[in-house]
Amino acid sequence: MATAKNGAGRFDKMAMSPKEYQVYAKEKEPPRSILGNCLKAFLVGGSICLVGQAVTELFMHLMNMTPEQASNPTVAVMILLSVILTSLGVYDKLAQFAGAGSAVPVTGFANSMCSAALEHRSEGLVLGVGGNMFKLAGAVIVYGTVAAFFVGIAHLILGTGGQ
Amino acid sequence: MLKGKQSWWFANRPVIIGASSVVGPEEGSGPLAESFDLVHPELDMQQKSWEKAERLLLEQASEFAVQKAGLSRQDVQFYVGGDLMNQIISSSFAARAIGAPYIGVFGACSTSMESLALACQLVDSGAAERVLAGTASHNCTAEKQFRYPTEYGSQKPPTAQFTVTGAGAALVAAQGNGPVVECATIGKVVDLGIKDPFNMGAAMAPAAVDTIQAHFNDTGRSPGDYDLIVTGDLAGVGHPIAKELLMKNGVPMDHTEFNDCGLLVYDVEKQKVQAGGSGCACSAVVTYGHLLKRLAKGELKRILVVATGALLSPISFQQGESIPGIAHAVAITAGNGEGGEA
Repeated sequence: MATAKNGAGRFDKMAMSPKEYQVYAKEKEPPRSILGNCLKAFLVGGSICLVGQAVTELFMHLMNMTPEQASNPTVAVMILLSVILTSLGVYDKLAQFAGAGSAVPVTGFANSMCSAALEHRSEGLVLGVGGNMFKLAGAVIVYGTVAAFFVGIAHLILGTGGQ
Repeated sequence: MLKGKQSWWFANRPVIIGASSVVGPEEGSGPLAESFDLVHPELDMQQKSWEKAERLLLEQASEFAVQKAGLSRQDVQFYVGGDLMNQIISSSFAARAIGAPYIGVFGACSTSMESLALACQLVDSGAAERVLAGTASHNCTAEKQFRYPTEYGSQKPPTAQFTVTGAGAALVAAQGNGPVVECATIGKVVDLGIKDPFNMGAAMAPAAVDTIQAHFNDTGRSPGDYDLIVTGDLAGVGHPIAKELLMKNGVPMDHTEFNDCGLLVYDVEKQKVQAGGSGCACSAVVTYGHLLKRLAKGELKRILVVATGALLSPISFQQGESIPGIAHAVAITAGNGEGGEA
């Protein structure tokens, strides 16, 4: 806090340094339930994966696909579901409850793109939607690719890469 | 007239002859719903963008404030306004509709009292007879500019605050009926190094403490001189901090009712607003909607509104800068005559 030396004031300025205040303010934060959040994330994230598995099974049994063949249409269905829920204004509310549980699956990635596209629609289709769609998803793609590169190198060095 | 180091004493007793507040759906389902002049049931207010919706709120609040004073737009001599948007577009575009000479100000969420203090200073000094002060914020424009797209699924921590969708405006005049503005204390920028944009209450609390103490030092008043002292938007985390710091510094805050607009505007237990309300409109709608009505009814005689602002930008916090805080205080009394329409 700004210090006014010998001001005419009746009330003295606070003798708390920024460092002391930061520690003090940290103590005043309401506690966050890590265990509770983990549990919620597990349940919601797990449920999303369960839905994904059910969709895969449907493709396998109804359309006679192999598990490998079924994976691509499954991802497409999950993305579609996420985009619909985002557009209906449901996904963000789910996320406040679920945290990482709704952010980590592919539905979270679709939500990040869809929400940005919706938000910037008022700025036009090209610079608004096109330019901002990857605003959040871009970071996932960049660091996903970088991580894959290093994992690939590690595989090469350790000779564990499968052909 | 300068009083002390940073306060203005309005010897000519400028009067708020008309005030109005317009809000969105979440505020309309809060405990103060009855106080507002208009509650929009939808966040988009049938506009094509969030920004247009925010502008509409401000235009409506301004229009109502002038109407309540029994005047029309042409009677507004100056308009002082600001908001949270980049280049304060909501205020500037609303000023285009109002048509009065315009002074744009920015004090983040402290803009409500910053603009009111300036309006009163203009009237008190004789620079104008009728000045309109107004501000607005919208939950979705703030989310879009400062955080993530509104529909993006991110989990907010319990220290986060919920930006109030609404607008408040007050028409200040040299004469008339209504609450009287006695004095104002202009705050300094105070920064104790809080960097978390999801904990703005803690970032702004020291600024509120600084301004409240400066107000008492400058005016010779004490907390007991006010029936109610409210901070702008410190909410559930920042407000207790401010109270504790003030008490520690020997300011007897227990001699008055000390509350926060961010805690008044929502039912923090029931509504999903994390720590409470924030935004330019937070202190504006609570003051111009709720508190002025309580003054008019005689439930309160004299109040001090300490609007708090976090002077960060989306760029500054991403670059790791801390969040500077500011607070401006305005003292309002029940005033003269029949109390006027608030």
